Amino acid sequence: MKPHIPLIALLLILALAPPLLPEFYVTLLNYIGLYALVALGLVLLTGVGGLTSFGQAAFVGLGAYSTAYLSTAYELSPWLGLIVGLGVTAIVALFLGFITLRLSGHYLPLGTIAWGISLYFLFGNLEFLGGHTGISGIPALSVLGRKLDSGREFYYLIWLVLLGAVAITHNLLNSREGRAIRALKGGSLMAESMGVDTARSKILIFLIAALYACVSGWLYAHLQRFVNPTPFGLQTGIEYLFMAVVGGAGHVWGALLGAGVIVVLKQWLQDLLPSLLGQSGNFEVIVFGVLLVLVLQKARDGLWPWVARWLPQGPGVRVRPDAARLPRRAPQAPGTLLLDVINARKEFGGLVANNNISLTVKAGEVMALIGPNGAGKSTMFNIISGVLPLTKGEVRFLGKRVDGLPSRQIARLGMARSFQHVRLLPAMSALENVALGTHQRGSRGVLAAALHLERTEEARLLAEGAAQLERVGLGDSLYREAGSLSLGQQRLLEIARALCADPCLLLLDEPAAGLRYLEKQALAELLRKLRAEGMGILLVEHDMDFVMGLADRIVVMEFGEKISEGLPVEVQNDPIVLEAYLGGAD
Amino acid sequence: MDLQIALLLAQDGIVNGAIYALLALALVLVFTVTRVIFIPQGEFVAYGALTMAALQAGKLPGTLWLLLGAGVLVTLVEGATALRRGNTRLLWRVAAINLLLPLVVAGLVAWSDPANLSMPLQVVLALAVVVPLGPMIYRLAFQPLAEASVLVLLIVAVAVHLSMVGLGLLFFGAEGSRTTAFSEASFELGSLVINGQTLWVLGASSALIAALYLFFERTLYGKALRATALNRVGARLMGISTVMAGKLSFTLAALIGATSGILIAPLATIYYDTGFLIGLKGFVGAIIGGLASYPLAAAGAVLVGLLEAYSSFWASAYKEVIVFTLIIPVLVWRSLKAHHSEEEE
Repeated sequence: MKPHIPLIALLLILALAPPLLPEFYVTLLNYIGLYALVALGLVLLTGVGGLTSFGQAAFVGLGAYSTAYLSTAYELSPWLGLIVGLGVTAIVALFLGFITLRLSGHYLPLGTIAWGISLYFLFGNLEFLGGHTGISGIPALSVLGRKLDSGREFYYLIWLVLLGAVAITHNLLNSREGRAIRALKGGSLMAESMGVDTARSKILIFLIAALYACVSGWLYAHLQRFVNPTPFGLQTGIEYLFMAVVGGAGHVWGALLGAGVIVVLKQWLQDLLPSLLGQSGNFEVIVFGVLLVLVLQKARDGLWPWVARWLPQGPGVRVRPDAARLPRRAPQAPGTLLLDVINARKEFGGLVANNNISLTVKAGEVMALIGPNGAGKSTMFNIISGVLPLTKGEVRFLGKRVDGLPSRQIARLGMARSFQHVRLLPAMSALENVALGTHQRGSRGVLAAALHLERTEEARLLAEGAAQLERVGLGDSLYREAGSLSLGQQRLLEIARALCADPCLLLLDEPAAGLRYLEKQALAELLRKLRAEGMGILLVEHDMDFVMGLADRIVVMEFGEKISEGLPVEVQNDPIVLEAYLGGAD
Repeated sequence: MDLQIALLLAQDGIVNGAIYALLALALVLVFTVTRVIFIPQGEFVAYGALTMAALQAGKLPGTLWLLLGAGVLVTLVEGATALRRGNTRLLWRVAAINLLLPLVVAGLVAWSDPANLSMPLQVVLALAVVVPLGPMIYRLAFQPLAEASVLVLLIVAVAVHLSMVGLGLLFFGAEGSRTTAFSEASFELGSLVINGQTLWVLGASSALIAALYLFFERTLYGKALRATALNRVGARLMGISTVMAGKLSFTLAALIGATSGILIAPLATIYYDTGFLIGLKGFVGAIIGGLASYPLAAAGAVLVGLLEAYSSFWASAYKEVIVFTLIIPVLVWRSLKAHHSEEEE
């Protein structure tokens, strides 16, 4: 079966449903569409980005009330109401995002709970919004001169908007910006080192989710022709999240599935439970709560993976062989001073991890940083790459002071690094992982990505990724899941990712650990080639054969101090170094 | 507003603030020990108050059925594990705690004619029904996910809240209840009348806070909880069971919640869903303390109570809006103070 057949079947069913189904089911489908649009935003926010919001219902409310008020009190066009609603929603979302997203992850959901409650009470108490009775007499929408005043006609608008949003979200996730978003969950530190502004990505997905909710509210207001505060309370906000989680928060179609399952289940339970329990009330929430706990305990990825198993898989992200290569940075003349660390000192509380360390790396040389475990080498790496702030001292890169700059800005200047503990996105293909390294070499933004207007640039970024993977010897594993590679291959992948940034200085933290003998030789060969091209390499490594055969100069550290520096031969014969590694002679 | 009204509002604010402070402490406790943001805290308040009201009205509280049902579920889950390990002694212990104990409580409630018992015995019975739900809910909902991210735990907490509110409606109906005051006495202090229940609330809250302080500072279990809060792995390596720490913190949170409910039930009408808003106000206090500092959380909670009292005078319709909007300047302040946060998971 071809991958697009289920999609075409779904579209056909959706297109033919309204004339064939009774009114009740059309209404049900309308609601599923409206809810799925909000849940789709949560898929992006929660499933992909690892953030969450319980306040989406309040954004729906903003969309609904904006248009309801403007189109009744001032008799303005509903389309103007949509624009105003989107504007108001954007301002609120940006403000909330700005104040909560810098804090740790749970402040956003807590903030959205508080904001959801506030706005609900505000809707209910503002005189001009009709208080708890709400606003009625909202005009019907007209699209292309056609008045949509029945549920059956409105149906097509809802589903067109929803499927459009699904397509946009899908496109966005398969792009340069989308890779940055997918790195948020568990890979922000790495993404920052590749030049991604993760704070921007977080605010972006929060904004998109809020705007989807707002559009859903706008549709709702003109479908119902009446709004009151009830459907915009916290409880509904929780139900939206519930839909995303049950459906499968990691996948765009999970939103549709989740909304469908919950709406139908709710309908059924609302009929069943009160008669079963002999009382009237919203008892379906009891079942919903239990179900949600069970889903999270037993199937964290929701129901979508169960459905997806029966569907044919698309080819995934593929390289186009004809893509042009990306332009490269002007190379540095061999011998140029690239990195100059001057008296760097780093304290963690009372512990001095680095004490007055100075070192330099020039273009076209391999500088090795060695020392026993706990000597402070990785701390030094983190200081140079901007992951950790310095306590005292200076770091200069290409003559510019970089200490105090965030790591993404240092990365943009032409420094790329690998990590001692491999930091990959295990569920993404090797190709997509390395493509993250090209992030700073692309420039097309979110809108272009959402509409897939950036395919030429995207093809060039992917081609660069493929080329670098081939260069490190992983040319046959482009499309394998990064998590399925061996540790040695994962280290090579990290190097390829760093090379994708077209750096002039490469920082490698134990690149040879976990590699087999032949792989080590290939790696050394690659590093020699890079050096000959004029790249500066700073290397932390424990494998002495590897280091001594490759390094031009060596700095030895112990207990946070630099104890020796010089050519490999000099360092090997330095009695202080021998004592540090082998113990004292006495 | 004259001085008398100002004092009256301050009294109101401080009484509510004391309750919010208790809840804020429980929230900080649960969050630091288990990383669970304990949204269902408020339901324990409502369950405590409404169970007490049912006992006083001579009705069988529905929470009793929940206690028995949850006990059976825990026994099944834990019993299966015990059987798989072939540990029959553990099996008996599990059954004794989760089946026998609830049955004893049920027996006492059914045959002791609680409506005619003295007030302290009614309080004890109400607590005996509600508090064991804390560790049982921890076992069923949270323990299997103990290593999950804060976000997943938060979603679970919200789900538990949802179920508990629905069950509250089922058990107690949509009508609210008020209970008899602990004391009908009232005192005049100048022009201000202070009633006995106010003093009870303040006294009991202070006593509970002092008891918690002693528990954390002086007892081995208290220290174990603090150790778990500081470093889960480290605590485990020192032989502290994180499961025990989780259950204990949930027990304490349930105790604090139910006690708060019993304390305020004579002052305000409690509905099945009132607890949520009360709990969230504790939250605003806890967030002022950054979900980490006990004294700051308590101070924040009292501030919330005062703000609520005064805003109910000036703009009563916007009371909730004002209280929950307070969280925004707090978050701005926290955000400006925060350093760039590193990788969390």
